[in-house]
Amino acid sequence: MQSNVPSTPASLILPTRRFSTFQIVCSVLFVLTFLGSYKLAQVKPLLLFEPEGRRNIWKFVTGMFPPDLSWNFLSLLGRPILETIQISLMGTFIAVVIGFPLGLLATSSLTFKGILNERELAGSRPRAMLRKGSYLLARAILSLFRTIPEFVWAFMFVRAVGLGPFPGVLAIAISYSGMLGKVYSEILEHVNPGPLEALQATGASRLTILLYGLLPQSLPNLVSYTLYRWECAIRASAILGFVGAGGLGQQIEISMRMFNFNQVTTLVAILFVMVAGVDALSARVRNAILGRSSV
Amino acid sequence: MAHTPTQAAGLAGAKRRDLLSTPNLIFLAGFLVLMAWSYVGTEFSLRGLLGGESAAQILTYAKKLFPPDLSTDFLLKTGYWTLETFAMSFLGTILAVLIAFSLVFLSSRNLMFTGLLFEMERNRPWVRALRTVLYLSAKAALNLLRTVPHLVWALILVFAVGLGPFPGMLALGIHTGGVLGRLFGEVMENVETQPIEALQATGASRLQILFYGILPQVLPEFVAYTLYRWEVNIREAVILGYVGAGGLGQQIQIAISLFLEHRLLTLILAIYLIVTVVDYLSAYLRGRLI
Repeated sequence: MQSNVPSTPASLILPTRRFSTFQIVCSVLFVLTFLGSYKLAQVKPLLLFEPEGRRNIWKFVTGMFPPDLSWNFLSLLGRPILETIQISLMGTFIAVVIGFPLGLLATSSLTFKGILNERELAGSRPRAMLRKGSYLLARAILSLFRTIPEFVWAFMFVRAVGLGPFPGVLAIAISYSGMLGKVYSEILEHVNPGPLEALQATGASRLTILLYGLLPQSLPNLVSYTLYRWECAIRASAILGFVGAGGLGQQIEISMRMFNFNQVTTLVAILFVMVAGVDALSARVRNAILGRSSV
Repeated sequence: MAHTPTQAAGLAGAKRRDLLSTPNLIFLAGFLVLMAWSYVGTEFSLRGLLGGESAAQILTYAKKLFPPDLSTDFLLKTGYWTLETFAMSFLGTILAVLIAFSLVFLSSRNLMFTGLLFEMERNRPWVRALRTVLYLSAKAALNLLRTVPHLVWALILVFAVGLGPFPGMLALGIHTGGVLGRLFGEVMENVETQPIEALQATGASRLQILFYGILPQVLPEFVAYTLYRWEVNIREAVILGYVGAGGLGQQIQIAISLFLEHRLLTLILAIYLIVTVVDYLSAYLRGRLI
């Protein structure tokens, strides 16, 4: 061994693998979780190859073609398509309205940490506690909003305010405000503090610091992330229809339940085109925003 | 770094000057029209929401949820469903990684037919054509997996293999496989070319380049994306229960349909718990591994 080592160039010797305790523990846990999950999820791969399952899949696949392109069916879809877009727009808009203030409160550098607050909070303990309290409360609300899936929100709102696109908007608004607020606060916490400190040194108020120090730096990122979420909202609002919250999903569900799989093909294709279109549009806008700001 | 403040100031100044320029005004007008159109189309009622009928309805419903059903019997059952949901998301994510990893090499342009690795190969057009076809079909397969929403996959699979968490896990795996395949592909196509070039200059074969030049670069990002998708999947596993794929979702559907609001709150708390646990776990692992 010893004599071999010098003859190979140093860079070609692969580092010998030593497994740390962490890695071993992780692997063992992984295997145990896998086995447990395998049993719990009642995994039976053979089911896929049983004659009945095969027949069902075959029936489904053959039923999907040719897609239903009859005028009767297509003319039904105009409204759900528009509704899906409307739900996503309105939902995202309200999500911003709710998420932005909560996001500001959940930004530690604005509420209680760092140079902006040092002087102000040094003297008064209750004030510091209050600030920290509002920060924690905002974070808790945001986490509650985004942790419950929008689907479950929609389900409950449909129960509370009835069928239609309105509960869909509320569901998107609530769950997306949680996601937006969290990411907004992360973006705001990671801005360059230099300009903020400079503004503070001139005696600027907190609002002025926000408007002239924070926002100019972070606006492109905030807008870009919001647009990205709008893309997700289109997809989500199409799914929400399954529980009766309007949009394309309702059609997909009806067609599925009636075993009209050829209609499902058409609907999924429409959904694909919509999502791809919105993706392309928002990617262009995002590139324009981010590109301009980084020059 | 020294330039940043002046640059920022210059930008801000430039922006303020053309804040009311024609394109901006057109953009604003378009935005307002879109919002008005959505407001009418979604039967949204701000008055109803701020103290009106809808607000009252929501409050009534929220009040009905309390207190949560905390009987031992139901808690034990909820625990079991929670584990079932977790198992679905866990296995679904593993299946997704298997699918994505087996297709990602075929669906990366820089591994299949263009770029550095293939500059010397122009004299064999049919090989290139074959590779392009392989690339396109892998790409199409990934698109198909991704485009069909997981709820639709779940419906198909419930139809094929019956109710239970197994079809849910398959649906998650298939849909997420498409998503991860795309994300992996993007990572793969954006690798640093210098290590590859260096390896190529030493005469390394393509397989060696893959193992020593490309995989070390992409694997950490693959792991990060996988963990991130796992967070998404635990939420989606809850949703899939709605179409009969077991776990918490199915129970939520039952609780909502049968007006068992106290149980619903318990189930929602369970969702909150399991999603938070998975989020923390994934963040911790990401921090540790990368």
